[in-house]
Amino acid sequence: MADFLMPSLGADMEVGTVLQWLVKPGDAVKRGDIVAVVDTEKATIEVEIFQSGVIQRIVVPEGEKVPVGTLLAVIVTNGEGVVAAPEAKPKPAERAPVVIAPPPPAQPAPPRIAAKPAPEPAAPHRARISPLAMRLAMELKVNLATVKGTGPEGAVTKADVERAAKAPPLPTAAAPVPKPIEEPAPAALPKPAVAPIDHHTAMRKVIAAAMARSKREIPHYYLGTHIDMSKAMAWLQAENLKRPVTERLLYSVLLLKAVALAADEIPEMNGFWIDGAFKPGEAVHVGVAISIRQGGLIAPAIHDVGKKNLSEIMASLRDLVKRVRAGVLRSSEIADATITVTSLGNEGVESVFGVIYPPQVALVGFGKIVERPWASGGMVGARPVIMASLSGDHRASDGHRGALFLNTIERLLQVPEKL
Amino acid sequence: MTDDEIKTLFLRELHRIAPEVELSEVDPAVDLREQIDLDSMDILNLAIAIHEATGVDIPEADYPQMTSLNGCVAYLRSRTS
Repeated sequence: MADFLMPSLGADMEVGTVLQWLVKPGDAVKRGDIVAVVDTEKATIEVEIFQSGVIQRIVVPEGEKVPVGTLLAVIVTNGEGVVAAPEAKPKPAERAPVVIAPPPPAQPAPPRIAAKPAPEPAAPHRARISPLAMRLAMELKVNLATVKGTGPEGAVTKADVERAAKAPPLPTAAAPVPKPIEEPAPAALPKPAVAPIDHHTAMRKVIAAAMARSKREIPHYYLGTHIDMSKAMAWLQAENLKRPVTERLLYSVLLLKAVALAADEIPEMNGFWIDGAFKPGEAVHVGVAISIRQGGLIAPAIHDVGKKNLSEIMASLRDLVKRVRAGVLRSSEIADATITVTSLGNEGVESVFGVIYPPQVALVGFGKIVERPWASGGMVGARPVIMASLSGDHRASDGHRGALFLNTIERLLQVPEKL
Repeated sequence: MTDDEIKTLFLRELHRIAPEVELSEVDPAVDLREQIDLDSMDILNLAIAIHEATGVDIPEADYPQMTSLNGCVAYLRSRTS
């Protein structure tokens, strides 16, 4: 028997809301399956399970908000006597497609709560719903039991939820209010399952908490160096000429690979500071800081970057950016990063000295590539130059090792064909 | 492909890349990197979508020509006629 707990998806998470269960009692699951969709202040997360077995019991129902570590479900692990063997398990991947995250509505609809709490739909025939439609329904206080799905196989889509929100209000519904989040539920009406989350305010709050903790607890040291990118950029340009547009690489992929290989050589940069000691990461999972245009940022991990080739890293990065924009990430991506890279891109400025994301111990920053005079071999020429910086945790490493780490990144970027 | 078809394609893909942007407020003459903060990944995704819909392979060096709606229409017209 094993417990499936509300996971801690990063240092800044304290509570999570179970939006949707993708399994029911009796379902067989294997390690890595996505079993539930959880809403945190920062994003909607598809939570993977780390034990194979059969779901015995679901403890926390959909819609409930619980602290990290709360028992969500009980699993009978393989080897134990399985009571109710399932016939066929629906693949989690067959869920309704995830719809694009909407910006928060300027004029949130008034709360619409059915006069009578909807009965729990029978589990096997539960209407399918995309995580984002689910989240939107909570924000708009739409009772999903009353929404007719028009998506594939009757799945409830974002548009269905929006339509339901625009339906004429029930006689008992309160007058329109600008901020449903602060509207106390009238006593006569059933309480909505959870208070809707204002993701903008909430994200600012979690970033504030994590960054304040970092600056309170982590004695940062900072190093920086200029790296000549002419070889890397020339190689990349020639390589991209050979590739169809769908296969082309961005230079950030070279940076990510170089950081991962350097972290392999200087392991004190890769891992966590937990309970007064450094715990090296088992692999190099690089967190990539991706800004969210509406505000805020999130740094999900690309797994095993050092072992992937550049095309694979590029594919992972594209996929990750797409899912950050859509607002849906996986639990392992949120929790696993062992080191973080922030790259300002070409719309940014020349240098960045970042704040370490606890409990990690290092953050590598890259500014934009600029053309600068560069002296080498007694000659001055114009070269594309990038400023690489390291924010290091002085409890886990010293400046000398940090310098070696940055120099290793520089050395690796001089032989791009070997990355 | 007509100009209107190109515009529709461009805006549809822009909506996929930047769902928070109000498409009716996009200024067709202004570079989207400045206008709505598109980054290099977004521009690449635009190029891929246009390639997949039109078959035109856009070399990397030409990306800067297609970073506004008007620029993209003019560029594709020059490449397809």
